[in-house]
Amino acid sequence: MTTTTHDHHDDHAHHGPAKGLARWLFSTNHKDIGTLYLWFSFAMFFLGGVFAMVIRAELFQPGLQLVEPAFFNQMTTMHGLVMVFGAVMPAFVGLANWMIPLMIGAPDMALPRMNNLSFWILPFAFAMLASTLFMEGGAPNFGWTFYAPLSTTYAPPSVTFFIFAVHIMGASSIMGAINVIATIINMRAPGMTWMKLPLFVWTWLITAFLLIAVMPVLAGVVTMMLMDIHFGTAFFDAAGGGSPVLFQHVFWFFGHPEVYIMILPAFGVVSAIIPAFSRKKLFGYSSMVYATASIAFLSFIVWAHHMFTVGIPFAGELFFMIATMLIAVPTGVKVFNWVTTMFRGSLTFETPMLFSIAFVVLFTIGGFSGLMLAVAPADFQYHDTYFVVAHFHYVLVPGAVFSIMAAAYYWLPKWSGRMYNETLGKTHFWLSFVGVNVTFFPQHFIGLAGMPRRIPDYAVQFADFNMVSSIGAFLFGASQLLFLFIVIHTIVAGKKAKAKPWDGAEGLEWTVPSPAPFHTFDTPPKVD
Amino acid sequence: MTEQTDAPKSHLKVVLTSLAVVVAMVLFVFYVLRPMYYLICEWTGITGSTFETAEAQPFEVQTDRPIRVQFLATNNATMSWQFRPVQTEVIAHPGELIQVSYYAKNASRRDMVAQAVPSLTPFEATNYFLKTECFCFNQQPLASGEDTEMGLVFQIDPDLPDWVKTITLTYSLFDVTTASGTARLDK
Amino acid sequence: MPSKLLKGGVALFAVLLSAVTQADWTLNMPQGVTDISDQVYSLHMLTFWVCVGIGVVVFGVMFYSIIKHRRSKGAVADNFHESTAVELAWTLIPAAIIVYIGIQAFPVLKNMYDFEDSELTVEIVGYQWKWRYTYLSDDPTQQVSYFSNLATPAEQIRNRTDKGENYLLEVDEPLVLPVGSKVRFVLTAADVIHSWWVPQLGVKKDAIPGIVNESWTIINEPGIYRGQCTELCGKDHGFMPVVVQALPQAEFDEWMAGKKEEAAKLAELTQKDWTYDELMEVGESVYQKNCASCHQANGEGLPPTFPALKDSPIATGDVMAHIDIVVNGSAQNPAMAAFGPQLSEVDLAAVITYERNAWGNDTGDMVTPVDILNYNAGQ
Repeated sequence: MTTTTHDHHDDHAHHGPAKGLARWLFSTNHKDIGTLYLWFSFAMFFLGGVFAMVIRAELFQPGLQLVEPAFFNQMTTMHGLVMVFGAVMPAFVGLANWMIPLMIGAPDMALPRMNNLSFWILPFAFAMLASTLFMEGGAPNFGWTFYAPLSTTYAPPSVTFFIFAVHIMGASSIMGAINVIATIINMRAPGMTWMKLPLFVWTWLITAFLLIAVMPVLAGVVTMMLMDIHFGTAFFDAAGGGSPVLFQHVFWFFGHPEVYIMILPAFGVVSAIIPAFSRKKLFGYSSMVYATASIAFLSFIVWAHHMFTVGIPFAGELFFMIATMLIAVPTGVKVFNWVTTMFRGSLTFETPMLFSIAFVVLFTIGGFSGLMLAVAPADFQYHDTYFVVAHFHYVLVPGAVFSIMAAAYYWLPKWSGRMYNETLGKTHFWLSFVGVNVTFFPQHFIGLAGMPRRIPDYAVQFADFNMVSSIGAFLFGASQLLFLFIVIHTIVAGKKAKAKPWDGAEGLEWTVPSPAPFHTFDTPPKVD
Repeated sequence: MTEQTDAPKSHLKVVLTSLAVVVAMVLFVFYVLRPMYYLICEWTGITGSTFETAEAQPFEVQTDRPIRVQFLATNNATMSWQFRPVQTEVIAHPGELIQVSYYAKNASRRDMVAQAVPSLTPFEATNYFLKTECFCFNQQPLASGEDTEMGLVFQIDPDLPDWVKTITLTYSLFDVTTASGTARLDK
Repeated sequence: MPSKLLKGGVALFAVLLSAVTQADWTLNMPQGVTDISDQVYSLHMLTFWVCVGIGVVVFGVMFYSIIKHRRSKGAVADNFHESTAVELAWTLIPAAIIVYIGIQAFPVLKNMYDFEDSELTVEIVGYQWKWRYTYLSDDPTQQVSYFSNLATPAEQIRNRTDKGENYLLEVDEPLVLPVGSKVRFVLTAADVIHSWWVPQLGVKKDAIPGIVNESWTIINEPGIYRGQCTELCGKDHGFMPVVVQALPQAEFDEWMAGKKEEAAKLAELTQKDWTYDELMEVGESVYQKNCASCHQANGEGLPPTFPALKDSPIATGDVMAHIDIVVNGSAQNPAMAAFGPQLSEVDLAAVITYERNAWGNDTGDMVTPVDILNYNAGQ
């Protein structure tokens, strides 16, 4: 190494960004592509949010008021698909694009052109998916889990567009994952050894491995559907010697690792933020790495816990019950580590920290209901009720989504060079926090009392909690408009941010100026 | 890892390895996951669905061990045939060769082809319920207005677990008229 | 902006509080009326309290830190960041707790899987969007079988009249079971996957086309127990309740005898001389139960999947073609089931007559049960 300085403004080998639309269309710059991903996911978050608002508005009272049952099913399906594949996953890919090169001291992602491609096919996928809403027969209406034969023999004609959209999303995710793996393996700055990697990089590396392992499974399952629908095969049709249960096995073999794809990077984000605002090193770094890896491994052998009522043999139920409960052990280790990191720290509560603390508490509540769901005999009562809805929204909304918000507030100064307004940020936090709990906590109760999921109308005894839940949802939805306002306000009118706006923050990303210049680490930094 | 400039070569290695994993996983779905599902079904008997022809075995008949065998018929919603078991219940002794039959009639105005799909509970009995003859082994064509009695000959393996006292066998009847040209998928 | 939102929220809560005076704020799972549901309830409470315990400890430490170790109170960060002993402890203790829960769950699960020695077997078949119950018997002529449809009128669902006490949880004919004896269920489905659930019995099992599943129950107390389909099965997934009526054995036997008599009477009805008005009356109720969810009460359907019957070529054209599609279903559109195996000759004749004359179709055609019999005989 000839130089270890981070000062590279005098590097003339690179040009600045192109002008106008071309900058974004043809970008190969990890920061620009990261920005594109984040804005795209923000847009999808609102689109999926609109669907959620329709659902909660219909469920505000018993009886059918606003939408027909057929359209309601399209809403639940599209809400799930858009939120999972359009909002949460691209948001994490956006964070990876922005932060991984900055965190490991690399000048860019390893495969910049593929990076461009993997982003720009996404808008096409979602445009195709959204266009199904205007097709004859309507959008996909079989739930985001699209169980056969409802999604094959009984599907609306738009199912073919759904399948292609899923193929494109899968291709995008796989390319993104390969890029992350290549970047982390090959482009670490000198001295950035494995056990010095920031945890966000670690969790993303493991997530990327999960992605390349299971997105092909998703592609496989939708391809089988396509063949059943158009080419006369019978993978999932009992009449032709296939089995609808096979669909569920293949789907959940993808689907369970998928839920960890949506939460592992969140663990990474929180593991960066909590130490920063506790002004104390992360407790148990190496156990965090091992716990993440064990969770990823376990995610491959627990898929049938989604299928306890399908008719799994006794031994199978027992195995999947125990394996599932075991996930609580490494997950518990993570929670204990975060709490111990805070213990005897020097805490302050800026917005990113508030979101992170809420993440730990509420994600843990989602984990508790997960543990309850894992107990097979009890799952016979919980399965496919609002208890499950409450469970996975607790891990995904105040889990994944809160961590993305925390990340946005934490790194926004680095991205935009400006500070957000702390009062507005805290207001956003408290509104979201109250909204999310008012929405989803009562859903535990209505689920236990016996309300199935995915129904447009319900018995009168569920009316009160449903109304509470809807009010919470409107509050949560509306407060995200405030979030949009805060982000725009920061970019246009925020106060200038220092290179390192958080005194407790650590990592290479804080060694470059704010906003991070178009090119960083052209000369690799030296890490001791 | 001392210099960054020679990176592209190693990217190729990572990309190719990753792509190999991706391709392997697609193949895994079609050629491992799916066959594995059927293999596990076959071993454990879950889904209770066997289309295999068994040879009649010279078992010793356990006359002191009556097994209640119940027969059910379910039409798929789009299947219009009259379809019902002629005997709804028989008492079978392990080892005995027993013949029963199902009645089917195509009262519609078109010639049709049906496929009966067997499924049996308890699953643990599947591999001890040996069908030496079954109408489910073949597709059943019936011309408009035609009716038929379709035979099932079975034998219960005396190794059937002791706790099994009742076996329920359901046939689901599907209309495969349009699909009958296409071959069954190999498991 | 935030204060406005807060005010809005407060206002909404005020509305809420006044709206829910007749509140039913059930928080927990029902304990149910079977041994299994009771055991499941205990298991549920066990894991719940374990979670509460862990939560109290973890969040206790966390909130202690939040209160005591804040910088504004002058806290200075310590710099410990690992401890093998502590990390080992909080790996092993949760693992032990999990093993304990597993041991508690084992016998309950084992019990759930003990399907043997039942005194009665009922076949449950899921259809879009109703259930069919068949009481198995060794004599094919004595086998009782019927459909169970949602009984809540459309007026309540469409908010035109007040909702009844059992809104959406009421059926025309419940599944009737004897108290105190072991009933085995075998479940399958005729179209898509459904799931049969009665919380009070602790029974939930998927009904899957082409595959038969089993489950069982022993109901300890007479009563009416309500549940719903829990697997998304299409448009009216939310409108296919399950109602179980548990009767003492003697009353059950009486009910069963009555049911068998009814079946015998049905044959007579087929041969009876039906008038147009009688057929229209029966036809309308059959239509509401079996056809209206797709073709709609006004016959206008929900195209393209569910075409209109009003002024349709089938309902106003050739009678035979109309009988054919109702009895045999549509070869092109799986949403149109074959109703031949589902409805009696009387119901088929009545509903076809109704469809040909309702909503201004006014063909004047009348189809009698004997016509259906003849049709099925190939004439």
